[in-house]
Amino acid sequence: MDLSAINPVLLIASLMVAATPLLLAAIGELVVERAGVLNLGVEGMMITGAICGFAIAVETGSPVLGFIAAALGGALLSVLFAILTQFALANQVASGLALTLFGLGLSSLLGQRYVGIKPPETGDAFGALGDIPVIGPILFGHDLMLYVGILIVAGVWALLKFTRAGLILRAVGENHDAAHALGYKVKRIRVMAILFGGACAGLGGAYISLIRVPQWTEGMTAGIGWIALALVVFASWKPWRVLIGAYLFGGVTVLQLNLQAAGVAIPVEYLAMSPYLITILVLVILSADKSNAPASLGRTFHASS
Amino acid sequence: MSVLLSIKGLTKAYPGVVANDQVSFDIGEGEVHALLGENGAGKSTLVKMIYGLVKPDSGEMTLRGAPYAPPEPSAARADGIAMVFQHFSLFDALNVAENIALGMEDPPPMRDLARRIREVSETYGLPLDPARIVGDLSAGERQRVEIIRCLLQDPKLLIMDEPTSVLTPQEVQILFETLRKLSSEGTAILYISHKLEEIRALCDTATILRLGKNVGTCVPRETTAREMAEMMVGSALQSPERSGRALGEVALEIRGLSAASPSAFGTSLKDLSLSVRKGEILGIGGVAGNGQDELLAVLSGEIVTRGDAVALHGQPVGALGPAQRRALGLLTAPEERLGHAAAPDMSLTENAMLTGAAREGLVGNGFLRWGKAKDFAQRIIEAFDVRTPGPENAARSLSGGNLQKFVIGREVLQRPEVLVVNQPTWGVDAAAAAAIRQALLDLATGDTALVVISQDLDELMEIADNFAALNEGRLTPPRPTAGLTIDEIGLMMGGAHGMEVAHV
Repeated sequence: MDLSAINPVLLIASLMVAATPLLLAAIGELVVERAGVLNLGVEGMMITGAICGFAIAVETGSPVLGFIAAALGGALLSVLFAILTQFALANQVASGLALTLFGLGLSSLLGQRYVGIKPPETGDAFGALGDIPVIGPILFGHDLMLYVGILIVAGVWALLKFTRAGLILRAVGENHDAAHALGYKVKRIRVMAILFGGACAGLGGAYISLIRVPQWTEGMTAGIGWIALALVVFASWKPWRVLIGAYLFGGVTVLQLNLQAAGVAIPVEYLAMSPYLITILVLVILSADKSNAPASLGRTFHASS
Repeated sequence: MSVLLSIKGLTKAYPGVVANDQVSFDIGEGEVHALLGENGAGKSTLVKMIYGLVKPDSGEMTLRGAPYAPPEPSAARADGIAMVFQHFSLFDALNVAENIALGMEDPPPMRDLARRIREVSETYGLPLDPARIVGDLSAGERQRVEIIRCLLQDPKLLIMDEPTSVLTPQEVQILFETLRKLSSEGTAILYISHKLEEIRALCDTATILRLGKNVGTCVPRETTAREMAEMMVGSALQSPERSGRALGEVALEIRGLSAASPSAFGTSLKDLSLSVRKGEILGIGGVAGNGQDELLAVLSGEIVTRGDAVALHGQPVGALGPAQRRALGLLTAPEERLGHAAAPDMSLTENAMLTGAAREGLVGNGFLRWGKAKDFAQRIIEAFDVRTPGPENAARSLSGGNLQKFVIGREVLQRPEVLVVNQPTWGVDAAAAAAIRQALLDLATGDTALVVISQDLDELMEIADNFAALNEGRLTPPRPTAGLTIDEIGLMMGGAHGMEVAHV
């Protein structure tokens, strides 16, 4: 066993990469749930985004176009969910589960020709700044999408806290009947939130297939969408807590991989489950203050009068 | 007085029912105009059309002579129409200022808004802290939020739907001062209420709707409450009769009971004692949210306590669940009709089965006796004049008043030994309310002990023998209703909760 092989700087830099898919998916779902909609299809939208992004990046040679396609792909799949739940008034839980199954199947169909191909490489956002010792690899040594993820978290936080649009979104999630009575377009706002959630999940999926792994295999999101759903709940629907939770999860994941490589005498199975356990434990403690789920979460809205 | 809003031939039909049929009337500048009618007479639809939530099929409105047809509520607000809703319009998890901002077209930045909320609340004697979370406020305070939300927009017409149902008599007086002051400043008020005495005290004119039609106007000050009620119903009204009756031994007793509320925004009961004798009706008043729901839950068995805290005929029942208490003759009818007293999507037969199973013998050897259950539902429908095509209809399909008659009738027909009802006539029109009160009185004549929890003080004065008030989970000692004045009742209910009269 040789713990000195673990480099803390590289550890921090790689945990940020490991956390980003989860972060993107969770912040999207946070907005959806704040609008009062429970979309369990995150996993399906992520994997759809993963293959859309991968295919377009391979075909065009441009990772940026790939990410745009991933966002569009995720959003397109979420349109299905929006139609089912907002207009056909279908049950949100069942529709979300169906969306995940559909997304998994659709992605393996689309991905048949792409197994074993390497995607074009995504460059670092700040180039030479990444070579500064210690802070370089942590702060500047990453691809553009990682920074976009953090900006989205900051943007969502500011939107919910400071803007009228955010207030209206929260109001719709809190009490859709009251929001309707005051003349807000409940369905329109919810559809927009669902589309945003789909786009974010798509980006998260493409981050796995284009940067984290990077290649295409079936089912490669491996449950990150479900972790994202749990993360939103345990983060008490607060954006910065989602960031903390995602980085914690990423950190423990990377750390346990390093520990495995260093040959620590703990069975691999325990190491492999540790990110899930620790993340849930910490977030449960964080959320102990008050459970503030949006009061209309998961309830179907029908303007009866 | 010049005309502010003129309504001509407004008609709105829904599948199977004409909610408004050629309704016409005028509201003058600064006039306090009452809109009266039974449940289902079309009052809500009419104000929703004025507020832009519903589009009329035909007819027109003019506002200060100009055509007025708001496509949505924001357009109505822009034209100076504001509305205080009966329910459904506040957001529990948001604070006061955020709630108010949501109801405004073009809210100022939060800090300015908070300052303006303080100004307006002081001007009109409605103290309110903009930073508080609405879920923590009392019913009266929540209403202040709605009123201030409207006042901040300098409305020309303020629509108020049943505003006083959650207030103590003192709070009602203060609200009326605020409304009179607004009216004297030129704001017209369209006031919907079931409480005819309030309308007589406050309103200049009243328009009466029956089955969607305007059936007449009157000047409330010159009309008796009884005449107005008869115009609403379209026939002579029967007042409940109470016959002198001797009270028997104690049927139900609670001693020194304290119980925590199961909900986060509820009120805990604190050292509560009461006793009811056979043939007695004990009326329990108090502003909503002072422990009424918890008291009902303690009596029904939804909250279990130590055994001897609740005694039925001297026998401890505090630790028993609802089904066991029902078998012993302690029946309850909760306030919330849909979801608590009745399962909305189940048929009336199924709903009759749900509480009547034990006492009416609707279950045998673990099997349901559908035939008997249907007969029982049919008996309730006939005895209480529930208007529905038949017992196979879903509870949800009944109007509020009809479902209330069914829910009360279901318990009354099970020959209870003790019956506890919460808000027996809430949202029920005058004729149906009179029928329900008469049924409760008849039950008492038959030696049943009744506990009637209600926010309608007139109702309690009319039927109860003794009156006690709930205030923050504590129950006052009961006093005989005969000779009790409204001021004394108000003080028992806790006075004016820190409100003061408008002072500008």
